[in-house]
Amino acid sequence: MSDITIKIKDREGVVHEVQAPTDMAMNLMEVCKAYELPVEGTCGGMAMCASCQCYVLSDHQLPEMGQDEDLMLAEAFYVEDNSRLGCQIPITQELDGLEIELAPES
Amino acid sequence: MIKTDILIIGAGPTGLFTVFEAGLLKLKTHLIDALPQPGGQCSEIYPKKPIYDIPGFPEILAGDLVDNLMEQIKPFEPGFTLGERAETIEKLEDDTFLVTTNKGTKHNAPVVAIAGGLGSFEPRKPPIPNITDFEDKGVAYIIRDPEVYRDKRVVIAGGGDSALDWTIFLADVASEVTLVHRRNEFRGALDSVERVAELTKLGKVKLITEAEVKELYGEEHITGVGIKHKKDGDIKVDTDYFIPLFGLSPKLGPIGNWGLEIEKNAIKVDNSYDYQTNIPGIYAIGDVNTYRGKLKLILSGFHEAAIMCQSAYQRIFPDKKYVMKYTTVGGVEGFDGTKKEAKKEVVKAIQ
Repeated sequence: MSDITIKIKDREGVVHEVQAPTDMAMNLMEVCKAYELPVEGTCGGMAMCASCQCYVLSDHQLPEMGQDEDLMLAEAFYVEDNSRLGCQIPITQELDGLEIELAPES
Repeated sequence: MIKTDILIIGAGPTGLFTVFEAGLLKLKTHLIDALPQPGGQCSEIYPKKPIYDIPGFPEILAGDLVDNLMEQIKPFEPGFTLGERAETIEKLEDDTFLVTTNKGTKHNAPVVAIAGGLGSFEPRKPPIPNITDFEDKGVAYIIRDPEVYRDKRVVIAGGGDSALDWTIFLADVASEVTLVHRRNEFRGALDSVERVAELTKLGKVKLITEAEVKELYGEEHITGVGIKHKKDGDIKVDTDYFIPLFGLSPKLGPIGNWGLEIEKNAIKVDNSYDYQTNIPGIYAIGDVNTYRGKLKLILSGFHEAAIMCQSAYQRIFPDKKYVMKYTTVGGVEGFDGTKKEAKKEVVKAIQ
């Protein structure tokens, strides 16, 4: 088990390259919060608020979208085909090099 | 003007438990909350979700926790100003605070406890360019008086419970109800989804799925919406009202301009002592505060409420000496005349 590297583009367009542990049951929303990026995570990670919406820029194979996430995105704003909720993406070795962009606040 | 001892801003779990801790010290409380019901996030976002880290409750639904807290604080007869947002604060000559809501309700207290969580819940506004121009001119994010829509044409957007519930309700009030949702599936309760399907068959609701409202038309007042449909392209629907119901999101709001020290969207407090802010007499407890090592947990809010009330007591009665009493010893004496206490042990001689 080792840390992976993730590139996160914030809402000002600044790219932050961060290290995320794969052995702490963290998700992408929690990684953003740990690095004090402007992700609110209002619902705490229950796929109920979409404040952690992000666009996936790299072509990594991500875990399939669950129904909760799918239906929450159906009500979120600024949704694109590559939108995901950060809280529903666990940090795993496969995500090394992942590039994402934070969706606008709403 | 509403007068109380501790004015609590925010009626989430932390705010509610503050009523109890204050009540034990015979201090009266009043709560202000922007939401129409108490419970904060627990009621608004996840009432049906189980919580596993409330001490003494291996599992409890967020909604049940709120119900229990309401029952626990009932003897202390808290006042409520619900559906109003605390807007301004003013320090009066007698060292007390005057807090006024967005609807002009005035509250006066020597101590203010901000238990505002992530802030007050505001409706999420869809990103339609000219939507703010039509606010109060046909666009509403919250339905306050359904009679406004009697015999009018209404377009509702959204896929959750409130969109479904209001579609069902307004089907009998409005002359025409159109529900627009981006998907074919709805996130709301199953029986509401079925009811909307039924109403659609009966011709009482016009359902447009896989579509999104993208434009608003009108001069002085809204006259129609432009809908982008996944397959059929652009559709224009004439309407008198457009009601987007996409849930609520918390914003720190006016509290951010009260002169309090803010760090990372939270209020800095003195956690080595009493959770007081940089303004003496104003405390911040629960998720709204921050300090080194802060954990945003309900149990932290409960702890902070207890500590904060002791300090508030000292502020209100500087000359009185107070000794903390256990409820197991002293019981709970309500302001409503009720008294709960342990049953006296029955002593019986054996011979």
